[in-house]
Amino acid sequence: MIRVVLPPHLRTLAATGREVQVEVAGTVTQRGVLDAVEERYPMLRGTMRDRRTGQRRPLVRFFACEEDLSNESPDAPLPDRVVTGEEPFLVVGAMAGG
Amino acid sequence: MGTRKGAFVLTSDARRRDWAVSGPHFGGWEVYHVNGSPADPDRLWASASGGWFGQLIQRSDDGGRTWRQVDHDFTYDGGVGEHLWYDGTPRPWEFKRIWHLEPSRTDPDTVWAGAEDAALFKSTDGGQKWVEMTGLRTHATAPGWAPGAGGLCLHTILLHPTDPARMYAAISAAGAFRSDDAGVTWTPINRGLVSEGIPDPDAEVGHCVHRLAMHPSRPDTLFMQKHWDVMRTDDAGGQWREISGDLPTDFGFPVAVHAHEPETVYVVPITSDHQHWVMDGRLRVYRSRTGGGEWEPLTAGLPQQDCYVNVLRDAMAVDTLDECGVYFGTSGGQVYASADSGDSWRAIVRDLPAVLSVEVQVIP
Repeated sequence: MIRVVLPPHLRTLAATGREVQVEVAGTVTQRGVLDAVEERYPMLRGTMRDRRTGQRRPLVRFFACEEDLSNESPDAPLPDRVVTGEEPFLVVGAMAGG
Repeated sequence: MGTRKGAFVLTSDARRRDWAVSGPHFGGWEVYHVNGSPADPDRLWASASGGWFGQLIQRSDDGGRTWRQVDHDFTYDGGVGEHLWYDGTPRPWEFKRIWHLEPSRTDPDTVWAGAEDAALFKSTDGGQKWVEMTGLRTHATAPGWAPGAGGLCLHTILLHPTDPARMYAAISAAGAFRSDDAGVTWTPINRGLVSEGIPDPDAEVGHCVHRLAMHPSRPDTLFMQKHWDVMRTDDAGGQWREISGDLPTDFGFPVAVHAHEPETVYVVPITSDHQHWVMDGRLRVYRSRTGGGEWEPLTAGLPQQDCYVNVLRDAMAVDTLDECGVYFGTSGGQVYASADSGDSWRAIVRDLPAVLSVEVQVIP
């Protein structure tokens, strides 16, 4: 079970709490986690990454285990502690603007 | 009403003195536009967007009490193509947000959406799916369109009151366009416009049109607030003529027509293109009862000193009660209403986030 922490706006859209949990089969990657989140919460499609290209929206960041994974390959394996559920995968609205 | 930080719904009885404010709806999102269906006053549409999480479309079926998210996939259909960027280089079309939602006059499930970068979308199933009407974005002149300071936005959609084939759209900074086949193909209608800020001042396209307005009894007459100049056409855009007349400045954003007097027009002049606030610290709506040319300042109840707000292009509206109501919202978060065609004004709310759009419904 992968734990995913959503930013407040997306919690509101998905009508959920701070953290959601999703199952990801096989190698756990950023793409796999986001696919699973969007499958379960289709209203979030297009809010974290471009619908067509899959490219991360510029002001959305992905953190885990105190690392910024935003610019990692979406197909790179996520850290073991995310895979085991020990640590969450964080979707973050970047600090920007006023 | 749409604001920089959410939507608000203001309600009153026909006296229009006491107002209840609900909201913010979609707090924290930039709500460029909220608009109601003429065919079903309980059906409202809202465009909420933001730099972080993109574009949402929200729909209410109970007059704004509750909302639900509908589809927000605005994918350009076919080849994306290129338009000009500010520096004159070509740049691919890129969807940024929906500026304006225009519901059908007859079908509650049909709504048009104007996008930045400029494109026209339509839903005929209550927002479950959006389809681009590609004829506008792929017009032969489109590779030469360049954005205004606010972006390459399709901000105005006017539907003919009786002929479903005829509609108008306006784009900053491409100009005004007309369709006579329900949005499939488009013709630039900019003859008579003169814009000093473009290389060819009377070019076919490239004009920074800020807003169009139409009275339903005279669908061939359109009023235009251009970047500079207030304009008028009486032949559905075949030829425009300037009606700025004695306005103290003819820069501005909104233009509106009285609900019952098709020759009574309202604008809110702004100091200049680089000073986006009302002149001399005085908030004055200007009204012409002669279809333009001769204008009178309307000041009763509006601040006449130390006021430096702007009124954006979609932030003025009229109601259809017997004594026409006029409404506008400001960049300072005030919403002013007049229940007497503009003779006197009251602030019905003062401290909202910056107002982006105002629309009015009269509930039977």
